[in-house]
Amino acid sequence: MNGTHLVTKVNSIIEKYNGSQERLIQILLDLQKESGQNYLSEDCIKEVSRILDMPISKVFEVATFYSMFNREPKGKYIIEVCKSAPCHVTGSKNVSKMFEEALNIKMGETTSDNIFTLQYSSCFGGCDVSPAVKINEKIYGNLTMEKINEIIDMYRRK
Amino acid sequence: MAKIVKLISKNCGKIVPGSVEDYVKAGGYTGLRKAMKMDPQEIIEEVKKSNLMGRGGAGYPTGKKWEQAYANPRRPEYVVCNGDEGEPGTYKDRLILSQDPLRLIEGMTIAAYVFNIKEGYIYVRGEYLDLKDTINDAIKNAEEANYLGKNILGSDFSFHIQVVWGAGAYVCGENTALLESIEGKSGRPRKKPPFLTRVGLHQAPTLLQNVETYSNISYIVEHGGEKYHSYGTEYSGGTKLVCLSGNIANKGVYEIPFGTPIREIIYEIGGGIPGGRNLKFVQLGGSSGSCFKDEKLDTPMCYKALKDAGLKLGSGALLVIDDSNCVIDFLKCITEFFIHESCGKCTPCREGNTRIFELLDKLSKGIAGKEDMDRLCEISDLMKKTSFCGLGQAATTALTDCIKYMKDEFLEHIEGYCRAGVCNMSGKEKI
Ligand SMILES: Cc1cc2nc3c(=O)[nH]c(=O)nc-3n(C[C@H](O)[C@H](O)[C@H](O)COP(=O)(O)O)c2cc1C
Ligand code: SF4
Ligand code: FES
Repeated sequence: MNGTHLVTKVNSIIEKYNGSQERLIQILLDLQKESGQNYLSEDCIKEVSRILDMPISKVFEVATFYSMFNREPKGKYIIEVCKSAPCHVTGSKNVSKMFEEALNIKMGETTSDNIFTLQYSSCFGGCDVSPAVKINEKIYGNLTMEKINEIIDMYRRK
Repeated sequence: MAKIVKLISKNCGKIVPGSVEDYVKAGGYTGLRKAMKMDPQEIIEEVKKSNLMGRGGAGYPTGKKWEQAYANPRRPEYVVCNGDEGEPGTYKDRLILSQDPLRLIEGMTIAAYVFNIKEGYIYVRGEYLDLKDTINDAIKNAEEANYLGKNILGSDFSFHIQVVWGAGAYVCGENTALLESIEGKSGRPRKKPPFLTRVGLHQAPTLLQNVETYSNISYIVEHGGEKYHSYGTEYSGGTKLVCLSGNIANKGVYEIPFGTPIREIIYEIGGGIPGGRNLKFVQLGGSSGSCFKDEKLDTPMCYKALKDAGLKLGSGALLVIDDSNCVIDFLKCITEFFIHESCGKCTPCREGNTRIFELLDKLSKGIAGKEDMDRLCEISDLMKKTSFCGLGQAATTALTDCIKYMKDEFLEHIEGYCRAGVCNMSGKEKI
C-alpha cells in the first residue's frame, strides 16, 4: 500500500468501528486481512496510532501480543500446521514434512512467489480431523501426500 | 451401554444454523418466552436446581453464581460469553457456534432478562473467523424476529449483542484476560478478587459464562431444573459435550449424560484405539488437564467422582494416547504449548515453562540425571503455588501426573532408553 492509499484504508476501517480505541484488535485484524500480505507494516501501525490518538507503544503492544498478528510480510495463504498434543500424537510431524517437501521450503518460510507461508500453530479446533492444518480460515485434515498436492494446486490456481 | 443424549446438540446438523424459522420450528425460543413470564428469582431457582456447573473448565455452580450476582447491591451490567476455546483437543463450543448459534443467543438473552442487562458480548477466538457470517447472521435474524434487540417480544426489555474477535492468545480464555481483550488491550489477567460479578467489563459488575453453559439455559427454563438434573448424577446435573481426539477411531463431539464411565466413552462411543495399538494413557480436560492410565478408566464422568479420583473434568476434552508415543516427547509438546501461550506477566510461568522444557529435552537426549527429575518436581511445585493465574498454575498438571504414573519411563530415559523408540538419545552417544 502506498502512503495516501494507506491513510484512506486505515481511516475507513477505523470509521467502521466509530473511531473507538476499544476496537483496536478488530481494527488491526481487518487491516491485516486487507494488507494483501497478511501483515501489519510499521507505517500502518503508526497511522492507526495517529488516527486513534493512542501512543504508538500501546498499538505495538497489542500487535505483538496476539499470535495472529504478523509484523513481517507473509504469503497470500498462510498454511498453519497444528502442533498441539492431539495433532502431535496423530502424526503432525509427518504433515509438516510433507508440506515442506511439497512446497520446497522449511517451516517458517515463504515460497519465492509469495503465495504460501508455512508455519506452526497451536490447536485451532480441528482436532476431529487431526493431524490438521489451517489455510487462512479453512481447516483441512486427514491428509496424505496426494491430498496435500491437490490442495496446493487448488490454491495456486485461485 | 454408553448412550448419547441430545439436549443441547439436538439441532446440530439438522437445521440451517442461525435460521430463526428453523430454530423455532425445532422448539427454539420456548425457553425465552416462558422465562419472560417468570420472576427472575424463579429462573435462578431453576438454574440452581439443575445443578449446572460452568462448562468452561473451572466448574463453578452456575445457579450459585447467578444468586450471588443477584444479591449484590449493584447487579451485573454486561452479559459476556466466553468463546475463546483454546484448550487443545476442545472443539465443542465450535460445534454450537457453527451449528446452533441461536441456542447460545437464547441462553444469553434469558440471562440478560434475569438481571435486566442491556448489553452482551460474545468473545470468539480469532481462529474461528470462518464462523463470522454464521454468528453475525444469527444475531441479525434474531433481531429481525424481535427475539433480540429493542423491546424484545413487545416487552420493555431490550438486549443487544456484539461479537468481539480474539487474535490468537490462549490466555484470553481466562475470564479477566478476556475482559482486557474486549477492551482492546493485550490479554493479561487481572488480579482476583475482586471477582467479575463485582468488578468486570469497564469496571462494572459482569456475568461471564462459557458457550456451553449458556446453551443449557433455555432447556433448563423450558423443562425445569429438576428434569435437567435427572439426566446426570447427584452432583453433576444434565449432560456434557465431550470431545474425543488423538489415537481413537471415532473422533468428534458427543453429548453424554453425566455418570457415564470414561471407559465406555472411549471404547463404545469412541470405537477404541485403531491400528491394533494399545492404550498408553488418557489426558482429560485439555493440555492443562490430568493424565491417567487404565486403572482410572472406570471413573464416571461426574465432577465429584472425578475429584475423588484426583482428576478434573476441565473442558471435557478426552485425548487418547497409544503406545506408539513416548511420554517425554508428549510432555515436551505440552510444555512448548505453554511456553508459547504464557503471557509473560509473572516470573514462575514465564521462566518455569522454559526451564521445564530444557529438562525434558535433556531426558529425551539421554543426558539427564536423577537430580534433573528432582528439579522438574521442584519447578513444577513452585509454578503451581506461585503463578499469577490459572495458566501457570495448571501448566504442569500433566507433568506431575506422568511422573506419578509413568516414573519407570522417566528412569529409562535417564538410562538412555526410550521404549517407544521416539527419542533419539543423540546426546548419549556424544558423551
Ligand atoms: C488459562 C485459562 C484459560 C481458560 N480458557 C477458557 C476458555 O477457553 N473458555 C472458557 O469458557 N473458559 C476458559 N477458562 C475459564 C474461565 O476463566 C472461566 O472460569 C469460565 O469462562 C467461566 O464460565 P463458566 O462458569 O460458564 O465455565 C480459562 C481459564 C484459564 C485460567
Ligand atoms: S501464570 Fe503469569 S505469565 Fe502465565 S499466563 Fe498467567 S499471568 Fe501470564
Ligand atoms: S490439536 Fe490440532 S487442531 Fe486441535
